[in-house]
Amino acid sequence: MEEFFREMAADYPRWNFIWMYDDRQQGKVLAGLWMTIELSILCLIFSVIIGLVGAWMQGAKSRVTRAIVQGYIQFFRNTPPLVQLLFFYFALGQFTPVVTGDDGWTVEPIISNVGWAVISLSFFAGAFNVEIFRAGIEAVPNSTLEASESLGFSRLQTYIYVVLPLAFRVCLPSLNNNLVNLVKTTTQAYAIAVPELLYHSVSIWNDYPSAQYPTMLMLFVTYILLVGILVFGMNRWERNMKIPGYGT
Amino acid sequence: MTWTPDQPIVSLKKVHKSFGTLEVLKGVSIDVMKGEVICIIGPSGSGKSTLIRCINALNDIQAGSITVEGQEVHDPDLDMLELRKKVGMVFQQYNLFPHKTALENVMMAPLKVLKQNKAEVEERARALMKKVRLDGKEDSFPGELSGGQQQRVAIARSLAMNPDVMLFDEVTAALDPETVKEVLVTIKDLAAEGMTCILVTHEMGFAREVADHIYFTDRGVIVEHGPPATFFDEASDPRTQEFLGQIL
Repeated sequence: MEEFFREMAADYPRWNFIWMYDDRQQGKVLAGLWMTIELSILCLIFSVIIGLVGAWMQGAKSRVTRAIVQGYIQFFRNTPPLVQLLFFYFALGQFTPVVTGDDGWTVEPIISNVGWAVISLSFFAGAFNVEIFRAGIEAVPNSTLEASESLGFSRLQTYIYVVLPLAFRVCLPSLNNNLVNLVKTTTQAYAIAVPELLYHSVSIWNDYPSAQYPTMLMLFVTYILLVGILVFGMNRWERNMKIPGYGT
Repeated sequence: MTWTPDQPIVSLKKVHKSFGTLEVLKGVSIDVMKGEVICIIGPSGSGKSTLIRCINALNDIQAGSITVEGQEVHDPDLDMLELRKKVGMVFQQYNLFPHKTALENVMMAPLKVLKQNKAEVEERARALMKKVRLDGKEDSFPGELSGGQQQRVAIARSLAMNPDVMLFDEVTAALDPETVKEVLVTIKDLAAEGMTCILVTHEMGFAREVADHIYFTDRGVIVEHGPPATFFDEASDPRTQEFLGQIL
């Protein structure tokens, strides 16, 4: 296998699949892939939490609370995620405290570039998730809530046992879409030097211009697979949650 | 004031209710004794449904008083759960929880609200399903049942809380003619067992057969009332006569 790609690189100089036979380059690809997966999973989890909390806060009585959530959504939805990343890292990053390293003279900010990427991308995707969950909650008929109220359920019990299970089913398809976008948006963390897949790929083809086409190809294939796995899982989940005879 | 069974179990005194500037109830008074079956009839928009919804505090009132077993329903300090345990309600659109099976629908409130023992609740729920003649449909979801079956599940769900009074808000209005009967039979069984029932209905034959007392409402007031025999045959008010003339 290694021999095949080595020979191919020799015969066709534009098709140097260097990470198939060079351990150092292969290590970069794997490290990048791992960082991309890590980044995606963390952002998925946090953005869903932000979405749930935000949707709950939007139903609050207080005007101020609702205005804050609305402001948050408008800011994160209407500005480019790349600008947000740069702003979080370069602007906000300056105000966070630093810790001194073991050697006594180097300093590190307590939130690393990876940390800022997770925060920034989670808030970006979370803004969309708030709207997605809100739409789901609003789709639950008022009459169903009245039935639960007249059975003695408190507001919170109604929320937990009736509203959320129904709302979640309604919003799964749009949530699915947004999470797919989130996985792809993690590549923008490249701009603040988060060593994810794109970052390492660029570094590989800067060192070995002959590896540019193969590495780009690898990027496309990898993201198709990653998103494919996510969509497959979400679709299965959607099917499992389907209620017989409901909404057809 | 403690309530004794010789006093009205439900008592409305000069109840006024407005939605904004629209006055829907203009001083309605009704007394219901324990074990009585009351039917409220009248043209659309005459305030029948609003009236019945005020009894379990789904709607608030502007003036007057409503008591259930001597307890003021619209007292701001009222323990809402205490009221909801006493008063069961069945709606026109059934309003079952679509993500739960029929049996789970019946079990949910005793389990989650009253925190009763699961085995006992299940036993009772199965007995109730039998009582509404739906044994064998325990594991069906609401979407898999006909309207009449769903409505009987809704009745069983209300009965699971062991209420003292049952409210029926046009429960057969959304049903096919052939399934109306099965629901009415269920209600008749309940009435025969001595359950206090307050019904809003358009089923005149049923009202005549089952009701102890009939109230006719029009434009927010009770125009006329009496036991079915005298009410249907000797209605004196021209509005009642006109209404009965249209539907009988």
